[in-house]
Amino acid sequence: MPEPSPRVIVVEDEAQLRRFVRLALETEGCEVHEADGVKRGLIEAGTRKPDLLILDLGLPDGDGIELIRELRTWSEIPIIVLSARTAETEKVAALDAGADDYLTKPFGAAELLARVRAHLRRRYKSGGSGQSSVSFGTVKIDLGKRLVEKNGVPVHLTPIEFRLLAYVVSNPDCVLTHRQLLKAVWGPSHTEDAHYVRVYMGHLRKKIEDDPTDPDHIVTEPGVGYRFVAEAPARDT
Amino acid sequence: MPGPDAPTDRPDPDALLARLQADEARARRGRLKIFFGASAGVGKTCAMLAAARQQLIQGVDVVIGVVETHGRMETEAMADGIVRIPPRQIPYRERVLPEFDLDRALERKPALILVDELAHTNVAGSRHPKRWQDVEELLAAGIDVYSTVNVQHLESLNDVVSGITGIRVWETVPDRVFDEADEVVLVDLPPDELLQRLRDGKVYLPNQAERAIRNFFRKGNLLALRELALRRTADRVDEDVQQYRRDKFVSPVWQTQDALLACIGPEAGGEKIVRSAARLAGRLEAPWHAVYIETPERQRLPAAARDRTLKTLRLAQDLGAATATLAGAQVETEAVRYARTHNLSRLMVGQGAPRRWRFWERGIAERIGRLAPDLDVIQVARTEHTLPDAEPPTVAVPGGTTWRAYALSAAACSLAGLIAMPLHALVDLANIVMVFLLAVVLVAVRLGRGPAVLASFLSVAIFDFFFVPPRLSFAVSDVQYLMTFAVMLVVGLVIGQLTAGYKHQAHVAGSRENRMRALYEMSRDLSGALLPEQIAEIGERFLAAEMNARAAFVLADEEDRLTAPLFASAGLPEIDPGVAQWAFDHAEAAGQGTDTLPASPLLYLPLKAPMRLRGVLALELRDPGRLLEPEQRRLLDTFASLIAIALERVHYVDVAQHTTVQMESERLRNSLLSAISHDLRTPLSVLIGLADSMFLTRPPPTAAQAGISRQLREQALRINAQVDNLLDMARLQAGRIQLNRQWQPLEEVVGSALKSLRPILAGHQVRVELDEDLPLVEVDSVLMQRVFCNLLENAAKYTPAGSHIWIRAHETAQHMEIRVEDDGPGLPAGREENLFKKFERGEQEGSTPGVGLGLAICRAIVEAHGGGMHARRSSQGGACFVFTLPIGTPPALVEDEDERAP
Repeated sequence: MPEPSPRVIVVEDEAQLRRFVRLALETEGCEVHEADGVKRGLIEAGTRKPDLLILDLGLPDGDGIELIRELRTWSEIPIIVLSARTAETEKVAALDAGADDYLTKPFGAAELLARVRAHLRRRYKSGGSGQSSVSFGTVKIDLGKRLVEKNGVPVHLTPIEFRLLAYVVSNPDCVLTHRQLLKAVWGPSHTEDAHYVRVYMGHLRKKIEDDPTDPDHIVTEPGVGYRFVAEAPARDT
Repeated sequence: MPGPDAPTDRPDPDALLARLQADEARARRGRLKIFFGASAGVGKTCAMLAAARQQLIQGVDVVIGVVETHGRMETEAMADGIVRIPPRQIPYRERVLPEFDLDRALERKPALILVDELAHTNVAGSRHPKRWQDVEELLAAGIDVYSTVNVQHLESLNDVVSGITGIRVWETVPDRVFDEADEVVLVDLPPDELLQRLRDGKVYLPNQAERAIRNFFRKGNLLALRELALRRTADRVDEDVQQYRRDKFVSPVWQTQDALLACIGPEAGGEKIVRSAARLAGRLEAPWHAVYIETPERQRLPAAARDRTLKTLRLAQDLGAATATLAGAQVETEAVRYARTHNLSRLMVGQGAPRRWRFWERGIAERIGRLAPDLDVIQVARTEHTLPDAEPPTVAVPGGTTWRAYALSAAACSLAGLIAMPLHALVDLANIVMVFLLAVVLVAVRLGRGPAVLASFLSVAIFDFFFVPPRLSFAVSDVQYLMTFAVMLVVGLVIGQLTAGYKHQAHVAGSRENRMRALYEMSRDLSGALLPEQIAEIGERFLAAEMNARAAFVLADEEDRLTAPLFASAGLPEIDPGVAQWAFDHAEAAGQGTDTLPASPLLYLPLKAPMRLRGVLALELRDPGRLLEPEQRRLLDTFASLIAIALERVHYVDVAQHTTVQMESERLRNSLLSAISHDLRTPLSVLIGLADSMFLTRPPPTAAQAGISRQLREQALRINAQVDNLLDMARLQAGRIQLNRQWQPLEEVVGSALKSLRPILAGHQVRVELDEDLPLVEVDSVLMQRVFCNLLENAAKYTPAGSHIWIRAHETAQHMEIRVEDDGPGLPAGREENLFKKFERGEQEGSTPGVGLGLAICRAIVEAHGGGMHARRSSQGGACFVFTLPIGTPPALVEDEDERAP
């Protein structure tokens, strides 16, 4: 972990859960500050100069999404949302409001730490965002020249496919909702045509994934959107 | 005359709609074919039978309802071989008369039925008084009818025919029935041939009236009748042509500017106005109205004149007029007002009887003409035999018998005389007159017109006898007193008339106000009622007070069945469920005073509310004659519809309450579910997190400790999965799961399912074989992923490691078929369907964990998407779960703006 130790704020009303998250984060060398509600969370966020915020959406004193909106007016720090299963609309709303990622309860320590690490890494890297080439797995992208190669062979992408790929690649580890993708790639007038994203994502996967039906890099978050993961998880098969 | 709304070539949408509705009604209705002849003996029945035989040969189900063969062999022979419905035997005055059996005909429900003599009057005790009403019911039941009519039986021609032949026919058919018949066939026979047939005895003639009928069958008569029949048929053909032209949109539809108003007076001969108006309206193809205007003067008419007027109005209604009884001070003002509000441009009035002694009085036509010069006024000639009303208007005095009133009147005059007696010495004779005039006024106020007239005369007589010199003698010394007598008499009469008239008007206004108040009070009371029983009670109370009737309610339940009568008050005759049902089914009044089963002691009114019929109101009227008065009928109808609306309102209050309760319980269930889900999940999340954090402690846990915490975590995850299943099942079972359906490629759903099950499926070989070019499906991706997860998890659970699992999908004509198969041990034979039951597992007591909710949830989700799911043996011998998803019309995709290389 880079110095100084990253500062994380946990906004969660359940004390036990807060304790577990703190325990897990502290083993990673994070400095953890706790808050049990929206108001406290905002105060902590405003005074502690955090590097990351972990936020439960179901808080007793207000809506977590309001906290995200408020925070986004003055801060770019990564926000990870904790939410229940079967609450996809809530997740989408939080992501559209500016959250970067979500974890579905119950989650394990390994899951939590993997996400935290990824977002902290992204935060420290974001200074040099002008990079012109990205590579992951067997794929190499030259963003400036708009060239894509897989296994050293040039891949033909349509303009939309390329824009889509470029956008997801430049937001690694973040969950991107259909609406965000539509807005970024098709423009603000198409934000309701979610099937566009799905169809073009399918095309894109066929061109760059090893197994398009079980993709490694462009991962579907059901009912929410997509996440780009640069490192392929270990495959047992 | 063409104005701004002059008919254009464009068909009027309302008229088109009316036509469509009429077509629809006609499609359900049977068709009526009338064989129409100029007189008896032209061969209508034969023609009808011949047509029926033709239908029979074509295989139509023809039966004979009634055919009057009058025992003639040739007719009898033609009827041979057609099934007959045996007549009903109705006892009538110690005899048994055969009558057409309507019920049996309806029950038999043939395609075509022959019913001879449409104008026939049924024997008392039949359901309808007239045969044409039976026919209407047959038509309404969708049965085609053939029938016969003679020209003299047509209502509107009735008086014309009787004018020609001198014989009045009492059995008539409303022109409406004739005009609405689908086909009319004219059966024509030249008079000479008819007379020849008559001479040959081929025409049936009842013996008793032979002379009259011989008179009837004169050549002149027959020629005139034949002309009438031909002309009437020509009118109809003309109408058919116009109908055809309307169908083809050749001409605009309805000529409202010709609409007609017939003003009926109380005099005999109103019928003639009505018939003429009906004829004229028919020829003009215009709607027409008939009104009777009740002036205070007319309200004093004897009951007979009133009844006559009401009968005339009913006749007008039968002939297709809209009828109304209006109240007003002057006939002409009311008539003109009515004509203006209903946009009627022609007024038809009777020619008043000339009254030579009232030379200053103008005829009604002239009065209307002065009032509204823009309206056409048509005068109808009086019929010859109509005599002007001879009977003087009798005075109906409210309260007190007539002789008593006259006696009181005489007593009042005597009293005036007695009072005046002592005054005689003190005051002038002129002032004595005043005392008598006062007596006349008082008599008029208290006792009405007749006694006032008596009082006038008596006063003059007493004044003359006792006060005018020579006293105690009727002789008059001074001629100038004759002048006094005359003026006194006239003043007395005028005052008496005026006072009595105003009093009467006040009485009428009062009773009208009472009626309004009763309606208002009832509607106010009804608006507060919350139960049908309350409504019944209120209705009963007001009907008893206003109509002097006892009422019972038969209400309909949700399935439109009549339930047991509500509030059968003591002494109310038995409600006949059959009549009530008839009134309910036909949405028409039945029973007493109506055309249907008039012999019934009760009147049955359907309770029509805006949405549907709410039941039947059964009434026993103490004074059934009042039913003939249109205002009474209208008042009764208003009562009935107020009650019906109140019943409907109460019904919807019930519905609303029920819905609120349902919503409330729904809300409760949802909050319970989310509370359970929160209360179970939070500790589980903590448990899993804490088990996990064991690995994070320093120093690291020993192998044994690590094992325990792994176990802990796994069990907690398993409980979590169970909780998920149970909650999902609860949501799905409530049927209120909200599908977030979006168009998406199936492979994406499969991909996300595979990814989330990667650890579980690690030991198995999964093959995804989706057809190329599968269309997008509109599914809830989260729920659909759950279907795949459950199926794949199942496959992994029940097959040994290393087994193959296939996910296959292809498109069929109607839907997309998706299969998840394996090559494991397969499903227990014959129990495939049981797998989808809740808490069911493949093996009865297996060691494999998991409550059997997974497949039940899968099926519920697929069914919520409009698909189906079943299990079978796969071709590899393992299990195969097949489910289908409907294929809709996927939204279009905007093509990539350019497919050129970037």
